[in-house]
Order: sequence, then structure tokens, then C-alpha cells
Amino acid sequence: MSTRTEIKHPAPQQVDRVVVRFAGDSGDGMQVTGNQFTNTAAFAGNDVSTFPDFPAEIRAPAGSLPGVSGFQLNFASHDIHTPGDSPDVLVAMNPAALQVNLKDLPLNGLLIVNEDNFGEKNLTMAGYQTNPLEDGSLDGYRTIKVPLTTLTRRALESVDMPRKQVDRCKNFFALGIMYYLYNRPTAPTESFLKRYFAKRPELVEANLLALRGGIAYCEAARIFQTTYEVAKAEFPPGRYRNINGNSALALGLVAASQQASTGILMASYPITPASDVLHALSRHKRFGVMTFQAEDEISAICAAIGGAYAGKLGITATSGPGMALKSEALGLAVAVELPLVVIDVQRGGPSTGLPTKTEQADLFQALWGRNSEAPIPIIAAATPGDCFWTAIEAVRLAIKYMTPVILLSDGYVANGAEPWLIPSVEDLPRIDVKYRTDPENFHPYERDTDTLARPWAIPGTPGLEHRIGGLEKQNVTGHVNYDGENHEMMVRLRDQRVRNIENDIADAEVNGPDRGKALIVAWGSTYGPIQSALQTLRADGVEVSHVHLRHLNPMPKNLGDILQRFEQIIVPELNLGQLTTLLRARYLVDAKVLSKVQGMPFKASEIVDAVRQLGSQS
Amino acid sequence: MTISSNAPLTKKDFSSDQDIRWCPGCGDYSILSAVQNVLPTLDIPKEKYVFVSGIGCSSRFPYYMNTYGFHTIHGRAPAFATGIKLANPDLSVWVITGDGDALSIGGNHLIHMLRRNVDLNVLLFNNRIYGLTKGQYSPTSEFGKRTKSSPYGSVDHPFNPLSVALGADATFVARTVDIYPAHLKETIARAAAHRGSSFVEIYQNCNIFNDGAFSSMTEKTIRNDQQIELVHGEPMIFGKERDQGLLFRDEGLEVARIGENGVTEADLLVHDEARARPSRAFQLSRMEQPEFPVPIGVFRAVHRPTFDSEMQAQMDHTLDAEGPGKLHELLNEGDVWEV
Repeated sequence: MSTRTEIKHPAPQQVDRVVVRFAGDSGDGMQVTGNQFTNTAAFAGNDVSTFPDFPAEIRAPAGSLPGVSGFQLNFASHDIHTPGDSPDVLVAMNPAALQVNLKDLPLNGLLIVNEDNFGEKNLTMAGYQTNPLEDGSLDGYRTIKVPLTTLTRRALESVDMPRKQVDRCKNFFALGIMYYLYNRPTAPTESFLKRYFAKRPELVEANLLALRGGIAYCEAARIFQTTYEVAKAEFPPGRYRNINGNSALALGLVAASQQASTGILMASYPITPASDVLHALSRHKRFGVMTFQAEDEISAICAAIGGAYAGKLGITATSGPGMALKSEALGLAVAVELPLVVIDVQRGGPSTGLPTKTEQADLFQALWGRNSEAPIPIIAAATPGDCFWTAIEAVRLAIKYMTPVILLSDGYVANGAEPWLIPSVEDLPRIDVKYRTDPENFHPYERDTDTLARPWAIPGTPGLEHRIGGLEKQNVTGHVNYDGENHEMMVRLRDQRVRNIENDIADAEVNGPDRGKALIVAWGSTYGPIQSALQTLRADGVEVSHVHLRHLNPMPKNLGDILQRFEQIIVPELNLGQLTTLLRARYLVDAKVLSKVQGMPFKASEIVDAVRQLGSQS
Repeated sequence: MTISSNAPLTKKDFSSDQDIRWCPGCGDYSILSAVQNVLPTLDIPKEKYVFVSGIGCSSRFPYYMNTYGFHTIHGRAPAFATGIKLANPDLSVWVITGDGDALSIGGNHLIHMLRRNVDLNVLLFNNRIYGLTKGQYSPTSEFGKRTKSSPYGSVDHPFNPLSVALGADATFVARTVDIYPAHLKETIARAAAHRGSSFVEIYQNCNIFNDGAFSSMTEKTIRNDQQIELVHGEPMIFGKERDQGLLFRDEGLEVARIGENGVTEADLLVHDEARARPSRAFQLSRMEQPEFPVPIGVFRAVHRPTFDSEMQAQMDHTLDAEGPGKLHELLNEGDVWEV
């Protein structure tokens, strides 16, 4: 008896990184739980990286395999770049979640299951003939069976709430268990609940009771022999917040429009996984951001072009199928030379494909998905936080060069989160906007000698009345013109105007030796897994360098030189080799693709293996 | 170049220096002329006009106007115009479109613009044929029409543009005819004065591919018997002798002769364009030859807040209530920690 307090809190064991995966029904609140754990870990000073993985169906039948929703997060006391290849801990709220996720849990991994949900019906729905909690099939794992539903009901006995609502709190009970296991503070979640349910105090109380119930249960029942602690990671000094890619995009767009003083007209049509950009921007009216939910994807881009014509920063955000619908209007934006930012948050395709899963296969569509010669600058975001800076760069190029710009993101960066060093407003680039006002010698297609950009002459300006449109125009005057030689000149001018951007962007930087045996070239969201792979490879003494491209059209001027300095080039991409093909075509180098098209990001180990194989071939 | 002067604008101020490339004899000329005549009367500075069009013969219109103009892509003019009006509600934005542009490829944008009641003026040139692609049947071509793409006769049931507009809850719906310059100008002026989406169907003769499409109602000798001009507050009377009118009976509208079966002028319907419900306007839009004369004029003119003003009001209200946004605060929103 007297020893009870002594063993109540065993000294936590220090670990440097942990990967946790929460999995349950899509109605079980796994995304909220995962996000709460993430915010708390980030707030406690860990580096974090997350991977929400949810079904396209809003609520597939409860307990079914297609209805399983997961959230994986990696938190560490050092710099990390991915949500982790496989979880150390799996929290499975029902048999279906176990069935779908167990294959990823390494042997001897920690498995926490809600045993209340392992009744016959749920077992059958998940395809189990016998109960895995009883048939010995989980012997290889450290399995902890928790009657989560029963315990949650008990913890909430004092609350006068319908049973159904009580049961909904069990994710916070599970979160409490995880907080206990990793010695996390509850304060960030408490303040979240108070904010989130500001108008429903009974829900604040219920969820807090569940959260504390989870912690108290661990203390009382001593289900864990040890608890763990992950120390703070070292970050460059500054102020941080946790951010996902779509939120960062929205912030970047607002920041850029403030720097340019244009205001925003954002017109979009709901589409997964891009809708959150529209949601986020619709909150920012007091920054001069107007959002218009259009009747379809075509209307959305057309309205955004209309907004740009009238002097606003025109923005539309979509995913692959929406990009396809916007193609004709994008061609018009090229022809009328107006500033426009088109965001493509890529997902698995073709057609409707895998709406909630990630892919990087719209690069060719962005480059060439229009009739005739219709060049458009393309840039891609590498990480959730990088979305902020990529958005600002997209706006800068669009305005300076009077051109549509395509910004490629994808489901992985869009929904993944990481700590983000908040920039100070003074450090943001200025974006100069010069609307033409002087009618003296005004010609709508007279070009700036450096950029080849035409003037931005907006309706309402006296003396600048002019007509633009999709028909070919005479250079300078902008009058309709079908002359063949003029057309060729215009085709070349539009092309040159985009090429000129290469003089206005940073050189590609080589991470690692600037010449040697192996170079990884990549773009977009593969950045994280590649960084992790580089850490592993270098720790093993493998020499490999990496170039990550933000600008895909045009590419940095020095890229060709860099490519020539390496014996082997490998390009990991979530498609069948789109960047690889470009590199081979443009630079005549023997670049090899490392492809993956499973709707999932690369595991670092997949890149490590590929680079090692490269070495063994040479 | 002088930017502006206080001298009143004239028709000439609205004519661009571009050669007009419509076929000689095309009905589009008179519509262009009517618009150029009406604009100087509207007390709007020239730089505030924007003409937006899609694709088709009618959509070349902006090139001939010395205003801001945007010749966009097929069917999408309402979407561009919506963006322009949202970005700058101070502009007077006009959509120039045709039956193929507005009702076929662009049908979706048209109905959504109308239901939102964006403050735009839409002039739909209806010639019941595809002209620029040289003579295929359009969504307003009559059933059975023989064209290049329907040598055995079209089996497409046609749209009635006004019924479509009324079905989409348009707040201003009118019809006029290219060869009636006075009525055309009057209707365009009414459309311009209306706050909200003004939808004007203009019967327009294509003398190359569909000549005489409307002659069964516009021929001088039969005109008075084959059409009825709707005038707000006036009884619905037509006929050379002004001896016929419209009644409402069991099944709907009927034509009656004054003096027959005890019908007097007092029995006739009086046109009320401001009726809140669109059903009477809809019935009028369904009137077709030979049973009925073809109505022209303003079918419906009601008031409903416009989309652009509601959007702007929400922006203004938020700004008033919460103050201008501060970027520093936005970037530092939520759980922030210091390292």
C-alpha cells in the first residue's frame, strides 16, 4: 500500500521520435484526435509531421473496411521531414481499423484497441472469422485491450447527455491514454475545446471528462509499464505555429495581396482536396478578400479572370478534374495576358480517381493541357509551410509578368502539417502593382522591354478604353489580326515572356556535393521523404546529392549544368515519370524515374533502397 | 488625347475604329446602333462601360464599341461578367450573347447568373441558327428544321429563352425585335435602368442562314395581328383594329375579340410587369403562333437585392464590425509558441 504512490508515475523513458497512428471509423473523430495530439506535440516543442488518410465517403457504413479513417503523426526531438514510414503505436478503435492498419505495425509494436467494439457484427464486417483479440493472431504485438466505450460512459456518468453523444467522446478518452503514455500536457486541448465548443459548454465538459478519464484510467489501471517522453526539438529561434498546406496557401495568398494592395477575387468550385483553400479565404473579408463559390469549375476560373481584368488578384483553386475543365479558360488567360493564380491540389486520377489520396501526376496537364502553344509558369510547393512562400511567389510572377501561373500542391502537403516559423511582415517581399492610368500613347499590347509584360489597364480608367479577347491580336495595338507572321511573332513573344522568368528566379541549389555519383532531382511533396532518406543514406556513408525544384516552368538556368556533373540521376515522383521525361528531353541526360502511384507518399525507405540500388548498378 | 470633357457623350463616342465584319443586311447592325444610341442617354461615364461576350456572330459586338470590351470564350460571358462586376461594382457591365452561346454551351452560366441576380445587362441575339459556324440548328431552332447538320429535320425540342429566364427567377425579362429601332432602344434603356440581371431576348434576323425567321410576326401587313406589345398598366390589346385581347380563363390565357360573346375591354387582362410571382409572365412567355400573337416588351421587372451588392455589403459589414485585417495578427493566429 505504501508503495503505491512511488510506482504510480514510473520515470518516463526518453525516446527521440515516435510515430503514432490513430485509426477508426470515419465517424470516430480520428482526424480531430490526431490534430489534437499534433498541436500538443508541436506546442510542447517537438518537430512534427502528419499524414491524415481518410476515405472519400463521408460516412461509409459504421464498422466497414472502406469507412476506416486514419491519422498518422511523427513527433521527435530532432528535425523530421515525414510522418514516418511505419507506426510505433497503433490505436485501433474497431476491428476494421485493425484489419486495415495492422500490416503497417512492426512486430512488437504497441497496439491499443477498443475491445468494446470487437463484437461479432463488427468482426464479420471487418472480415474476421475469429476474434483476433482471442485467437492469438496478435501475439507478436504488445497489445493493450481497453474497454473504451464502457470507460467513456463511466467517466461521463455525471453528464446529462444522450448515450449516442456520450459515445462520441471516446476519441478524447483514447487521446487521454496517449497523453498519459507520452507525458503530454492537456492545456492546449483544453483551450481548443473551449474555443471549438464555445457555444456548447456541455460538450466542452464532456470531452474534458473523457480526456481526463483516459489519463486517470492509465494511472489507476497501470496498463503501461513505462511511459515515454520526447524532448523538445531544436528549432531556429522565432515564433512558430502548426500549419497544414492548404491553410498556408490561403495565408500566403492573403499576405501577397496585402503586399500588392490589390485585394483578391477568389472564385472556386468545391473539390477535394482543394476546398479548404476556399474555406480559409472566405473568412478573410476584412483583408479585402472576396470569395465566390461559382456554379462550376469553368465559371470559377472565368470569374477569377474577370476579377483580374477589373484589377483584383484573380485566384481559383481546384484539383485535377477541375483543372481539366479550366483548360480553355486558361488558354484565354494566356491570350489576354492577365495575372491569375490557379492552384491545383493534385489527387489520384485519371478522372475522379482517388479523391482523398495524393498523387503528382498533373505536371504534364499543367504544362501542356491546352490547345496550341499556351505557355504558363508552373511552381510547386514542397512542404506544408512552403505553401505559404510558394503562394507569394505565384502572385509575384503573375503580376510582374501579366500571366496566369499554375501552383501545384497535392493532397499530402495540403492536409499534412508541420511547425512553421512565422515570418515577420517586414520580411515579406514587396509586390509592385502598376495599373496603367496615362492615356498618352496607350496601347494594350505594348510590352515592357524587360519582362515583355503588357500594361494592366483596368475598366473604369478614363481614356484607356480598349478591347481584348481570345482572337489573335496584333502586337502593340491589340487589334484582331489573322496575319501569319504576326501570329508567329505573338506565339514567340508569349513563350519568351515565360522563359524570361528564368532570369528572375534563384538558381537551383544542390544539397550535398555539387558533383559526384548520384543526384536526386525532385519536385513538390516528395521533399520530406527525400530529406529523411538523405539522413539515413548519409549516416551510412552513401554519398548522394539532391536538387529540389520549386520552379518547373521555366526551370532554373543552372539546372542543366548541375545535371551534367553527376553520373546518375534519379527522380522520385508520384507518377510514371513526368519530370523525368522533361529532364531527359530538355537536358539529354539519362535520368531514371522512381515511380509510385498508390495514392500514398513515398516512404523514406523506398527512396533509400532505390539510391542504394543505383549504387550497386554502377 | 483628351481624357474627358464635360461635353455630353454622343453615339459617335461609342463607335470604335474597327471595321464591322457582320454580313450586309444582318440584324446585328441595328442592335449595335441602338446600343450606341442609348448609352449616351444613361449618364454613365464612358470608361465605366464594359461589354463582355462569348463566341458567335453577336459576340464580335464588343470590338465595335469604343468602351472596355472582353471577347471571351464560348458560353462563359456571364461568368466573366460576374467576376468583373464583383471586382468593381461601379462598372456598367453588359453581356452580349446569342442563342447558341447563351442557351447551349453556356446554359449553366446563364441560369446561375439570373438566379443570383448579378447586376448585369444581357442582350441575347436570338436568330435561331448557328451563324458563325455556317448554319447548324440551334437550341431555339424549331422542331423539324432542316439545316446543314439536320438534313432530315431537327428532332431537338427548342428552348423558349424567356421561359428559361423566368424559370431561373430572373428579375427583368423582356423581348424586342432587331427591326423595331424605337422599341429596341426603349427596351435596352429599361434593361440598363434595372438593378439586377436584365435579360433581353432580341429577335434578330440572320439573312444568310435563317432569313425570315421572324417574318411571320414582323411582316408589316400582318404585324398588328401577329404580335402584342406588353405595356405595364395597359390592357393587353392587339390587332389592326385593336379589337382583340387576352383573357384569363380556366386553362390559362385565351385570345378574345372585343364585342364578341359579351367581351368588353374591361374584361381584358391588364399587364403588370411587377407581379411578385413569375407565373403570369411565364404564361405570356409561352404564347406562340398560330394560337397566339407573339408578345414583345417587358414581361417582368421586379426588385430583389443584387448578388454584387449583397457580396459588397458583407465585405463592408465585416470591415465595419471587425476593423481592417492586420497581417501580423493573421499570421500569428491560433496556438503560437516561441523558441
